[in-house]
Amino acid sequence: MSNTLFDKVWDSHVVQKIEGGPDVLFIDRHLVHEVTSPVAFLGLKNRGAKVMSPERTFATADHNTPTINQHLPVADPLSANQLKALEENAAEHGISYWGLGHEKNGIVHVVGPEYGITQPGATIVCGDSHTSTHGAFGAIAFGIGTSEVEMVLSTQCIMQPKPKSMRITVNGSLSKGVTPKDVALFIISQLSTSGATGYFVEYAGDVFKSLSMEGRMTVCNLSIEMGARGGIIAPDEKTFEYIKGREFTPKGAAWDKAMDYWSTLETDADAVFDKEYTFDGSAIEPMITYGTNPGMGMGITNGIPTAESLDGGVSTYKKSLDYMGYKEGDSMIGKKIDFVFLGSCTNGRIEDFRAFTEIIEGRKKADHVTAWLVPGSHKVLNAIKEEGLLDKLEEAGFELREPGCSACLAMNDDKIPAGKYAVSTSNRNFEGRQGPGSRTLLASPTVAAAAAVMGVVTDPRSLV
Amino acid sequence: MAYDKFNILKSSAVPLPIENVDTDQIIPARFLKATERVGFGDNLFRDWRYNQDNTVKVDFPLNDSKYSGSILVGGKNFGSGSSREHAAWAVYDYGFRCVVSSFFADIFRNNCLNVGVLPVQISPEFLEEIFTAINENPETKLIVDLPSQTISLEGTNSSESFDINSYKKENMLNGFDDIDYLMNIKDQIGEFAKNTPL
Ligand code: SF4
Repeated sequence: MSNTLFDKVWDSHVVQKIEGGPDVLFIDRHLVHEVTSPVAFLGLKNRGAKVMSPERTFATADHNTPTINQHLPVADPLSANQLKALEENAAEHGISYWGLGHEKNGIVHVVGPEYGITQPGATIVCGDSHTSTHGAFGAIAFGIGTSEVEMVLSTQCIMQPKPKSMRITVNGSLSKGVTPKDVALFIISQLSTSGATGYFVEYAGDVFKSLSMEGRMTVCNLSIEMGARGGIIAPDEKTFEYIKGREFTPKGAAWDKAMDYWSTLETDADAVFDKEYTFDGSAIEPMITYGTNPGMGMGITNGIPTAESLDGGVSTYKKSLDYMGYKEGDSMIGKKIDFVFLGSCTNGRIEDFRAFTEIIEGRKKADHVTAWLVPGSHKVLNAIKEEGLLDKLEEAGFELREPGCSACLAMNDDKIPAGKYAVSTSNRNFEGRQGPGSRTLLASPTVAAAAAVMGVVTDPRSLV
Repeated sequence: MAYDKFNILKSSAVPLPIENVDTDQIIPARFLKATERVGFGDNLFRDWRYNQDNTVKVDFPLNDSKYSGSILVGGKNFGSGSSREHAAWAVYDYGFRCVVSSFFADIFRNNCLNVGVLPVQISPEFLEEIFTAINENPETKLIVDLPSQTISLEGTNSSESFDINSYKKENMLNGFDDIDYLMNIKDQIGEFAKNTPL
């Protein structure tokens, strides 16, 4: 029997198959944050249940936290209330909690891998759709709703029909100035935001093999934006190298035992996928989005497509461009921007800050641009300082904020004002996602940096 | 959380002929700060229903008194975006028990089924027909029959069947959620956990 990587991990976690229903899937690691957990804990209490496996459950505060003055009490009473609820729930159930100001605090999908909670062959869930990030390690990882959070807390299982399988292969190599973010935005622009609905995607081919773990995380992170349940990349030497020695990875004999399992984690040569796509990596350009969903992206030097050239609703497309204040055929190059947001679980890792710094070094932030640079975690923040990136950033007129989700979903005070344009390294450009009325251009840290110093959308290749 | 059983629903419907309605529109992130499940219905489609100064946008269908009922009919790819279950709660708490569209985003569909909202996926042609019928007569009723898995337009021969897996169907008919099921097999789960490699 030939199996895909996904089959192998999934099948080994099925506790029970329900006739005509979903599979009962065992969950190895459950990540919890303050926004989607309080109602789940309340449900648990109402049922008189306890957390089944506190040792498999990890909590951090990230979605709703301020990114300045974290040492001060949280001003917004509702946010403060959510943080307090998580702290109390974690204490009551014996769950490790990395709250605001904790040295291990950060965005849930950034800290999971940093501390080795994320491991190959594991099943990982979290009440956040970008849980797909962890698939970069060969894990099955996906976002769940609050009822499911309650389900995993109380029974360590989830009920899901097995998704269909898709493989996306990108061969060749990437051109200069093209980053993992561009690869992902390119794929989404080809498949649309619903092109992978119902599927779990395996990424294969030279391009993904050559990416760093950070880059693979960016790609898997964005799987959800084409509708997929998640994305997965087969673990290799790079993966094992990355996780070895981290706090929660197995040690000694346990490591060897885990390696026995991990070394089986690849798709068999003759395994068949329900759907396959193949792309040529060298054809991918630096990307930018011009509309109000992540599928509305294009090579940065192209013109905005006309409604007629696309299939799908013309009126929805026009409404979207109206919201953005753009017209069909417009070139994005030279469009004025107001904000730059570097951060989120998509692009808030050290590699992203390196890429950003590389472009801005020796240049100055454009005067009219407000830049929010938000590291994904304290570990990233410390690395930025240690590697000397902070000096270069400050030299160029940038400030660094404290870790958190920040303007990715704008639940805290980091909101892009109505009508303003933000080049953002996050993952969603929906209407109002970054603040009521905000207009988002999704792009890589490299493109964001070029925009930050030029004040207009700029091809980063012209700056290197 | 327990919800009302679903059997046959006959109701007029509120039309929302917009594609790719994402969960940020259904319930904007700033309303996710609650620690209890109350009041989400008030903020359903908040930014489409209200202006920034909290005045009502009169032309939005939910604010239009000619439309009513416990069925929401949306455009293709309904519920895309964030996994927030609050979106499904908001739909339920507002008073909708059924959402009809020609395509649903995955997580949203699952969330709906878990909280007692029935997602009914129909053909694009039938969806158009329903929009047209409601447009002509806002009191047009839809009949959603879960036991026989059909949806029909009252007073016409137009009807389609829809898919739902038998397990979810059983749950919806009884008002059960998944946790009720899993709590009953906890011993089996405990045994399984002992043999997992990680
Ligand atoms: S950074 Fe954005 S996408 Fe990532 S976990 Fe936070 S809110 Fe979710």
